[in-house]
Amino acid sequence: MAKQHVVVVGGGLAGLAVTMKLAEAGNHVFLISMVPVKRSHSVCAQGGINSVNPLTRQQGDSEWLHMDDTVYGGDFLQHQPPVKEMCDWGPRVIDLLDRLGVPFNRTPEGFRDQRRFGGTMFKRTAFAGATTGQQMLYALDEQVRRWEARNLVEKYEYWEFLGPILDTKGHCRGVVAQDMFSMEIRPFAADAVVLATGGCGSVFGRSTMSMICTGGAAGRAYEAGADYANGEFVQVHPTAIPGTDKLRLMSESARGEGGRIWVPRKPQDDRDPNSIPASERFYFLEERYPKYGNLVPRDIATREIFDVCVNLDLSVEPGRLCVYLDVTELSAESLKKLDGILEIYEKFQGVDPRKTPMKIFPAVHYSMGGLWVDYERNDATGGLVIGSPRNQQTKVPGLFVIGEADYQYHGANRLGANSLLSCIFSGLIVAPTIVNRLKSLPQGSAADQPVSLFDDSVKPHQEWMNRLIHHEGTENPYKLHQELGDWMTRNVTVVRNNKDLRSTLEKIAEISERYGNVALSDKSNWTNQNLSFTRALGDMIRLAGVITEGALLRDECRGAHFKPEFAIPSPDAEEPAALREQAGVWCKAFKAKGDRWLKTTVARHTPDGPEFHYEEVDTSLIPPRPRTYGLKGAEVIEQVWSKMGVGQEGPAERKVAVGGAPK
Amino acid sequence: MKFKVKILRQDTPHDGSYWQTFEMPYEDGMNLTTVLQRIAADPITVDRQPTAPVAYDASCLEEVCGACTMVINGRVRQACSALVDRLLAEQPSLIEMRPMTKFPVIRDLIVDRSSMFEVLKRVKAWVHVDGYHDLGPGARIPPKQQDEAYPLSRCMTCGCCVEACPQFNDRSSFIGPAAISQVMLFNAHPTGRVDADARFEVLSGSGGIAACGNSQNCVKVCPKDIPLTDSIAKAGRDTTLYQLRKWFGS
Ligand SMILES: Cc1cc2nc3c(=O)[nH]c(=O)nc-3n(C[C@H](O)[C@H](O)[C@H](O)COP(=O)(O)OP(=O)(O)OC[C@H]3O[C@@H](n4cnc5c(N)ncnc54)[C@H](O)[C@@H]3O)c2cc1C
Ligand code: SF4
Ligand code: SF4
Ligand code: FES
Repeated sequence: MAKQHVVVVGGGLAGLAVTMKLAEAGNHVFLISMVPVKRSHSVCAQGGINSVNPLTRQQGDSEWLHMDDTVYGGDFLQHQPPVKEMCDWGPRVIDLLDRLGVPFNRTPEGFRDQRRFGGTMFKRTAFAGATTGQQMLYALDEQVRRWEARNLVEKYEYWEFLGPILDTKGHCRGVVAQDMFSMEIRPFAADAVVLATGGCGSVFGRSTMSMICTGGAAGRAYEAGADYANGEFVQVHPTAIPGTDKLRLMSESARGEGGRIWVPRKPQDDRDPNSIPASERFYFLEERYPKYGNLVPRDIATREIFDVCVNLDLSVEPGRLCVYLDVTELSAESLKKLDGILEIYEKFQGVDPRKTPMKIFPAVHYSMGGLWVDYERNDATGGLVIGSPRNQQTKVPGLFVIGEADYQYHGANRLGANSLLSCIFSGLIVAPTIVNRLKSLPQGSAADQPVSLFDDSVKPHQEWMNRLIHHEGTENPYKLHQELGDWMTRNVTVVRNNKDLRSTLEKIAEISERYGNVALSDKSNWTNQNLSFTRALGDMIRLAGVITEGALLRDECRGAHFKPEFAIPSPDAEEPAALREQAGVWCKAFKAKGDRWLKTTVARHTPDGPEFHYEEVDTSLIPPRPRTYGLKGAEVIEQVWSKMGVGQEGPAERKVAVGGAPK
Repeated sequence: MKFKVKILRQDTPHDGSYWQTFEMPYEDGMNLTTVLQRIAADPITVDRQPTAPVAYDASCLEEVCGACTMVINGRVRQACSALVDRLLAEQPSLIEMRPMTKFPVIRDLIVDRSSMFEVLKRVKAWVHVDGYHDLGPGARIPPKQQDEAYPLSRCMTCGCCVEACPQFNDRSSFIGPAAISQVMLFNAHPTGRVDADARFEVLSGSGGIAACGNSQNCVKVCPKDIPLTDSIAKAGRDTTLYQLRKWFGS
């Protein structure tokens, strides 16, 4: 049999996880990445990674409750079997990282320490200082290096994925990639291709993501026929600091360790924050959400900041969305656990956050949406059939997607510290899928394909590049990008309305047209970064269209997607009977909204723009219920809802075995 | 306010280098990666000559990925955390950027640091686990040990330390302070230490620990405050012990 190869594009946590698993099973992997994998964006993750652990278990926690928090936090938009499988694997994933040497913080007895993150009452989050992503990425990078030293992994760093190679039947047979130094473009034949290329924050100009998070790779797969799902769900993190090139995150762990968010009660009070007495401070999250306090899910915290700054005009800096994040009261021990992020604040703002409350702002942070992928449900466990050829596969046979680039795990809003888990989990479980695929090769082997398939695949990319380099246009790609980012940030983030979404779509069409007229300032054939950026800009424009049109079409509020025009008015009656009646009306409206909109948005590329359809969501494990964080009359709504008996067939937990998924 | 930046450029690995100066309007909180972004958007020199954008390496933009290391005002550091106002306070006339000198230049400010990653293979900078199947948690680790490991584990292979090290150059095969520190990280790990002898073997050989001249330059420039000279001192002692053990066959 001809030698088989797997191409993994992307060496963040997801890509490294699948690479090491495949290499362990004896498979040869080409690992392609735009940056040395050790410098991938995962290195930025700060706060930690979630799973049930021995401590929370004794407090009544279970994998089931982790799943419940995840789907409730995500407003029920994710298919539940993959989420169940992920939460079941959580403890095993952390154990594995622990064995690989991740220096997780320890308790005095030497066990792993945990902190609490948003959207849960349990301390599920394991962490390594405030640089958990860096530590985890390094551990996996080291493992992959071990396999590289044994020639099972061949790295192509500073190589950029340009597109999948599809045969006449539409099956994926490899990828085309470009050496970012020599600019050589070549095909890589492969029997399976995995994209682990991360999120698309740059569509919004500046975000908390790294410079390379353009969504370029996902955009290219989408253009080649892989569907894109739930694009309109974009997480805006409540706490970041603005910079001229990037919005730098101040992790939720600051609040997990006890940090508090507040604004002065007096509008634009310009006193030194330390001199403002407690009675004149408005701790709005704590007041409005007594149960979760500062650790409400991110979409909610962000909207509250918006409300306090815009509607109540209490922003610390007029005309912006700025509030205080205050860690000045924390113990030295807690502060030490936050060193990694406090250093960032100090370095970039020149102020010591241990002594002065931090000024923070919301910022685009995470793409819940991504390339559509499949899964196979295991009816016995409610989770996945591990090793099924369908898991993580796109609409293009042989093309798989994992990590932030897929849409699968976080629904309408991601809970903090769940992404590192989904990245590693999806990387680990796609490995047996690929191993099985290589055994049977349902569509035949890449080695049996005509050589011309691979030779020809390079041509369009080469021609595009030559054309662009020689094109005499008037548009500047960097300025176009800035314009796109400004529009997207203004109209397609925290609060959305149809009028602005429509004008943004028109703007995107205009930008797309002007993109046809860009000129490069670098005409060289060696390490041309201008070219790479301009290519990615084309993909960002395309994704911006998918995101914005998806948002325009979805006339409801769900998770991070908030359209006040379609919000169900909260009950406000004081009198119990009236409140109960309002709750009934509320629940009916909520039911109708779910019937209409509890669906996955799926965008398919056509030459005339995206075509949308909607798919049912598998909510067979936990029936959807109203998300009532902080809502007035929440208890009454919950009572009325449970009496309505929507989708309720007795406690769901009993339907399937809990925990212990098959290996 | 406007300020000037002078950049040492080189078009390809085979070309000579040349200086170019740019003038920039100051922006509040501006760092050098922003300066490079502004140049990319508008690549015109101070003499109003159009030029190609300056090539540079960067990713995280918050000093955690190690990509954007270069020599700035004569000191090796990360461009993303180098703030213009502080640099101008250091040296008011202009800001100078040049590529690191210890690595081959690819283009402009981009250098090839693959040798640093290669060395990590030689010293087996990993924990050799039995496999990636579920075997329960790792060893229990006292907080004190975690406190010692964590700082070493923050090395982002940025290259500052080797750029500053007088012993790391074309004429020597010295593996450099970052790699030595990684040896100490993995030798201290309960499972990682099974490969300790193989690592000491590298430290004992040419380009190993004996090549360090103890000038302490490395530790002064490490952006992550990694106690490199402590690691080196400890590595020196442990390597001697290893050699003794080897000679006496125990
Ligand atoms: C500041 C910050 C803090 C965070 N903190 C947390 C946290 O505490 N907990 C948590 O759970 N989550 C956190 N997240 C989210 C989490 O870090 C990311 O979702 C996750 O790291 C994504 O990993 P990934 O493997 O999918 O992709 P990435 O790490 O983004 O890697 C993408 C890879 O693809 C490569 N690539 C991309 N495009 C191409 C191309 N065209 N050709 C070749 N290669 C390409 C890149 O080089 C890179 O190797 C945080 C995110 C940010 C921004
Ligand atoms: S102490 Fe050793 S490793 Fe560090 S700079 Fe000096 S010679 Fe180089
Ligand atoms: S030890 Fe410090 S200076 Fe050297 S590569 Fe690592 S982080 Fe950079
Ligand atoms: S860009 Fe990552 S360290 Fe500067």
